[in-house]
Amino acid sequence: MSPAYFFAELKEGLSISFRAIRANKMRSVLTTLGIVIGIVSVTLMGTAIEGLNRAFNNSISALGADVLFVNKFPWFTSDDWFLFRNRKDLTVEHSRALERQSTLARAVSASVGWIANVKHREKTTENVFVNGATADYMSTSGATILQGRNMTIAEVDGNRPVCVIGFDVAANLFPGEDPIGKFVKIHGHTYRVVGTFDKMGSFLGMMNLDNRVVIPIGEFSRLFGGKRSVQINIKAASLQELDDTKEEIRGILRKARKVPPGTPDDFAINQQEMLTKAFSGIGVVVAAIGLFITGLSLFVGGIGIMNIMFVSVTERTKEIGIRKAIGARRKTILLQFLIESVVLCLLGGIIGLVIAFPLTFVVDQILPTAMPLSVVGISLLVSIVVGVTSGLLPAYRAAKLDPVEALRYE
Amino acid sequence: MAENPNNGKQVINLSNITRIYEMGAEQIHALEGISLQVDRNEYLAVMGPSGSGKSTLMNIVGCLDTPTSGLYELNGLNVSEMNDNELARVRNKEIGFVFQTFNLLPRSDALHNVELPLVYGGVSRDARRKLAREALEHVGLGDRTHHKPNELSGGQRQRVAIARALVNKPSIILADEPTGNLDTKTGDEIMGLIEELHKLGNTIIMVTHEEYIADHAHRIVRLRDGRIESDEKAQNGKTLIR
Repeated sequence: MSPAYFFAELKEGLSISFRAIRANKMRSVLTTLGIVIGIVSVTLMGTAIEGLNRAFNNSISALGADVLFVNKFPWFTSDDWFLFRNRKDLTVEHSRALERQSTLARAVSASVGWIANVKHREKTTENVFVNGATADYMSTSGATILQGRNMTIAEVDGNRPVCVIGFDVAANLFPGEDPIGKFVKIHGHTYRVVGTFDKMGSFLGMMNLDNRVVIPIGEFSRLFGGKRSVQINIKAASLQELDDTKEEIRGILRKARKVPPGTPDDFAINQQEMLTKAFSGIGVVVAAIGLFITGLSLFVGGIGIMNIMFVSVTERTKEIGIRKAIGARRKTILLQFLIESVVLCLLGGIIGLVIAFPLTFVVDQILPTAMPLSVVGISLLVSIVVGVTSGLLPAYRAAKLDPVEALRYE
Repeated sequence: MAENPNNGKQVINLSNITRIYEMGAEQIHALEGISLQVDRNEYLAVMGPSGSGKSTLMNIVGCLDTPTSGLYELNGLNVSEMNDNELARVRNKEIGFVFQTFNLLPRSDALHNVELPLVYGGVSRDARRKLAREALEHVGLGDRTHHKPNELSGGQRQRVAIARALVNKPSIILADEPTGNLDTKTGDEIMGLIEELHKLGNTIIMVTHEEYIADHAHRIVRLRDGRIESDEKAQNGKTLIR
C-alpha cells in the first residue's frame, strides 16, 4: 500500500467517523463518558503526584542531604515507640563532646523546640515554634539570615536574651518596620531581635518553617525547663564523607553515653535519605492506587466504546457491503472502524482534559503544582490505545463481513 | 489481460461453475454447472424466476462471491482462485455495480458517492474530483453534485449509482434489477441511459425478471434451477413488446 493511498484511506476514514459521530451526537458523548472519567482521573492523579513530588523536594532540601540528625527516636521505625521511651535523653553535653572529638564534622549544633506565643507591644503571633539552639544551628539547619546576624557563641554560652526571628514572625510583629534591635516577649521574658531568617516555606505542607524564633539553648531551658532531649545536627564535610562521619559520631556518642559493647545504640542517627525512601514508598502507593482507579475506569470506558462500536458495525452492515462491493478491502474497513473508535476515545480524552484542567487549579490550592504537559501527552496516548484495543474486535467483525450478506442486510 | 485468448474480445468466461451453500446439514445447489462467455460490448440480460440462481450468478460474476467449483476468468484473470484482497481490487477496477435499491451512502453527497471507488482505487484527490464530476455530468446530474441521496428523486439516485459504476471505467457494468424500484417513466429513462452506455462501448450484464426490460438487451440468458435454460440473441428491445 503506497503512503499516498494509505493517507487517502486515513482521510476517508476520518471523514466517515466525523460524520458518524455527528449523526449520533448524544450517543457518542454518552459513550465517551467512561473515557472522560478515566482521563480526568489520569490527569488529576498525575498532577497530584507531580505536586507531591514538588512539595516534598522543596521541603527536603531544607534538611540538607549532608546533615545527620541525632535524635532519641528514629524518624521511621517498625518497632513500637515505647521501646525507645526509656532511652537516656540527648543533652547539650553530648553535642559538646561531638564538637570536641569529631574530626569529620564541619558543624555541630544542639537544638530543642516548643510552641509559644510571641508578642511585640500589643501584637501577638500565636503558636510560634521556639527553638533553643547553639550558635552553629544556622549552618546545620538550612536556614539563612535575611537581616541582622546570627547569635554569637558568646551570646549562646552566656545565655544572653537575644533571638533570631522567622520571616512570618517578623512580618506579623514588625510590619513595615526594621525589627533589628527591637524587643519581643516570649513566655513573659524579653528578647532582643538580632536577626531575621529568610523565607523557607513549609515542611511537607505541615509545619510552617517561617513561623519560628531561635533563642540560646540555655535560655530555652530557663523558659520551658531543661528536661528535654535535644536534637543534635551534624553537618558532614561533604556528601561523600557522610557515612564515615556517621560511623565516627556513633563511636563518640556510644562512649559519651557509656553504651556497653555488643548492645545496640541508645540513640538514632537520622538523615534526609530516610525521608526520601519513606516518601518514595508513599509515592508508589499513591501511584498504584491512582493507576488502579484509572485503569478500572478506562477499562469500563473501553468496554463502552467496544459495545457502541459493535452497534455501529451492525447498524452500518449495509454500508460496509456497499463499500466492499465498490472495492474496499478488509484492511480498509478495519482501518475505518478503528479510526472511528480512536476518534471517539480521543474525543473523550479531550473532554476529560478540558474538565480536568480547571480541577488542577483546585489541586494547586493544596499542593504546588500545574498540569504537566507530559500528562496531557500521556492522556491522549492512552485514549488512542484504548480506542485501538476496544475498536479492534468490532472493526475485525466489520472487515470480515461477507459482502453478499452485508448487501442483503436491511 | 495480455493473455486473453480471444484477442481481447472475450470479457467473461464462466466454465462449469457450481455454487453450493451449506445450510446446517442441508446442501443447497444454487448453481449446477454454468458455462457462459460474454464478449466485450455485449448487452446481456439474465432472467429467471426467483430461486433460479440468477442472484448467485450475479454475485459470482461481480466477484462478491466465489464459486464452489469451476473456472471464472474475467479479462483473462482467473478470478475463481483469488483471495479477498485481490477480489476487492477486481471489484474496484473491473466491475461497476448498479443495484435495485441504489445502495448509495446516505450521509455522503452525490459527488462523494461517485468518488468513492476512486478513493479505494488510490486516485489522487484532484483527479478524483474531476472524474467524479465528469461522470455526474455524463448522467445529467452536473448540477446535483452536493445533494445527499435523500435530497434526490429515485431516478436521480439511480443516475448517481450509474455514475459511480462508470467512474472507474470498468470492464463490465452489472445491473441488478436497475428499474425495480422506479416507476415506469423513470425506469425507461434509466434504461435509455444504460443503452447509451452500451453504445459507448461498455459491456452490460443486467438481471431482471421483467420481459420488457430484458428486451432492451441484445442477448437473453434464462436460468432455471441453477442451470442455463436458454441463451439466445434478442431482437434489440423496445420495438418487440409494448
